[in-house]
Amino acid sequence: MSDRLSVLKTYKLYVGGKFPRSESGRVYEVTDSKDRWLANAPLASRKDARDAVVAARKAFGGWSGATAYNRGQILYRVAEMLEGRRDQFVAEVADAEGCSKAKAAAQVDAAIDRWVWYAGWSDKVAQIAGGANPVAGPYFNMSAPEPTGVVAVLAPQESSFLGLVSVVAPAIVTGNTVVVVAAQDAPLPALSLAEVLATSDLPGGVVNLLSGRTAELGAPLAAHQDVNAIDLAGADAGLAKDLETAAADNLKRVLRPGAVDWSAAPGTERLLSFLETKTVWHPMGV
Amino acid sequence: MPITVPAYGKEAAGRLASMADVTADDGALRRFLHGLPGVDAVGLEARAATLGTRSIKTTAKAYAIDLSISMIDLTTLEGADTQGKVRALCAKGSNPDPTDRTAPKVAAICVYPDMVATAKEALRNGGAPEIHVASVATAFPAGRAALPVKLADTRDAVAAGADEIDMVIDRGAFLSGRYMAVFEEIKAVKEACARPDGSAAHLKVIFETGELQTYDNVRRVSWLAMLAGADFIKTSTGKVAVNATPPVTLLMLEAVRDFHAATGVQVGVKPAGGIRTTKDALKYLVMVNETLGEPWLTADWFRFGASSLLNDLLMQRQKLSTGRYSGPDYVTVD
Repeated sequence: MSDRLSVLKTYKLYVGGKFPRSESGRVYEVTDSKDRWLANAPLASRKDARDAVVAARKAFGGWSGATAYNRGQILYRVAEMLEGRRDQFVAEVADAEGCSKAKAAAQVDAAIDRWVWYAGWSDKVAQIAGGANPVAGPYFNMSAPEPTGVVAVLAPQESSFLGLVSVVAPAIVTGNTVVVVAAQDAPLPALSLAEVLATSDLPGGVVNLLSGRTAELGAPLAAHQDVNAIDLAGADAGLAKDLETAAADNLKRVLRPGAVDWSAAPGTERLLSFLETKTVWHPMGV
Repeated sequence: MPITVPAYGKEAAGRLASMADVTADDGALRRFLHGLPGVDAVGLEARAATLGTRSIKTTAKAYAIDLSISMIDLTTLEGADTQGKVRALCAKGSNPDPTDRTAPKVAAICVYPDMVATAKEALRNGGAPEIHVASVATAFPAGRAALPVKLADTRDAVAAGADEIDMVIDRGAFLSGRYMAVFEEIKAVKEACARPDGSAAHLKVIFETGELQTYDNVRRVSWLAMLAGADFIKTSTGKVAVNATPPVTLLMLEAVRDFHAATGVQVGVKPAGGIRTTKDALKYLVMVNETLGEPWLTADWFRFGASSLLNDLLMQRQKLSTGRYSGPDYVTVD
């Protein structure tokens, strides 16, 4: 008897450590590069975005307060979990991007390696972005980087997994919490990443994943008063302009989109984009 | 149906006198309270849940949010209350959203008796003397003190200028069936609410429904308090694990409706504790409208005992007026 009934997977959002359906009850069809149906993904609404921001804000205190060492350990654990699910991600990336298994495998390997690379930054970023400042007075003056807060991330459209990892990992490693809008036409690797995050030691709410229309979700996130920064990697030029205008109203940090080769070494730009500098003056020689 | 009179009005006493036979002695009161129909718990909870499913949007939502704000008894009842904190609360109550002057004022500031004078002065100086000061009294929250102490507590608060007194009933006496003792106590406190000039502070009676065990008890105590002359009946102190819930509030609203049908006396209702979100507040307003109707949809006859609810209402209000989701950075921390 080999004629089993097929068990189809219901992809869901990832908000606050839970897997809810969209509040709106909507879904949309996700197809591969040849327009064959793969799955239905939730079509998140602005209210899902609102809930995700609440979850991210709630998680921020604990995550930003955790020691850098602890954050690094947890992110490394995520990489371990990714490694265990490598085959699943290879299949999903191959479907989503219409590339060969070998090319997809190379992308997944690069993504896992990048996650490990960013995990290592957790207790090193302060040395790069902070330090002791020479001042003309009897003070010890030092600057230390602190996380910006809740970061909205529009994940890149063209690289459904490597690109996603490249924008999420640098934001959370420094202590931010994120609300991620997955690539609109290829959200499945992102939604599967949520399952990995849920089963590693990452506290619920640190990463919240939404799938749906980037423009529909980007607008409320950019205008949201309780979102501190937005990464526009997945927005096209027109949308990016609108979102930047909306974000200016509440002084969000904005990372503009640009042509990025996601397979190239990332550098520290994204890592340093969502940090605030705290400077302390301490009297000396008394 | 008899013509409606407010519970705090002069005519109310006459209406209550028409029920004097049921409060004549212990036995009669017990027979009356135990003769009230039993509560259909499943039906009550289902009804409360159904009324919680209404969708209220756009202009109706804006109206309901403003109405809710104007119904709030903004409360601070902590051992750590300071005069500064009470003054800050008064400032917030009289101008809830500093970024939007169209936001309505709250109905009252609810404090412990020793803070009444501070609150009164802060509201007068802040240009909002129309906001009432409500004071808890009678050994709040436990109510475990001798009657003379409770009465002194009440007179003290009234003398300090309290417009409203929130008393707690003696749950021990009620649960052990000494209904007459509870009845007499409420009457005595009501008398203590009188001012020398002939007016009186309004009396809210707190049942602490989380400690009353059954819905039947809630119905009985509601009638008991209204017969004793309560101007308002209030669910909880906010100091126990179970506070205001929609079914309990619905039950009290129904008791108020039935009491009004029997005597014509209009009594107010105040759910308190555990109401934190705009969504919750709107559910309560729907219940009031469906059970008692529009005459009760004012701050004179329905109140929310809450503190954190106000911030959520303000954030929703900002969302409606600006189109942007607001955040806790844009309302006061308290």
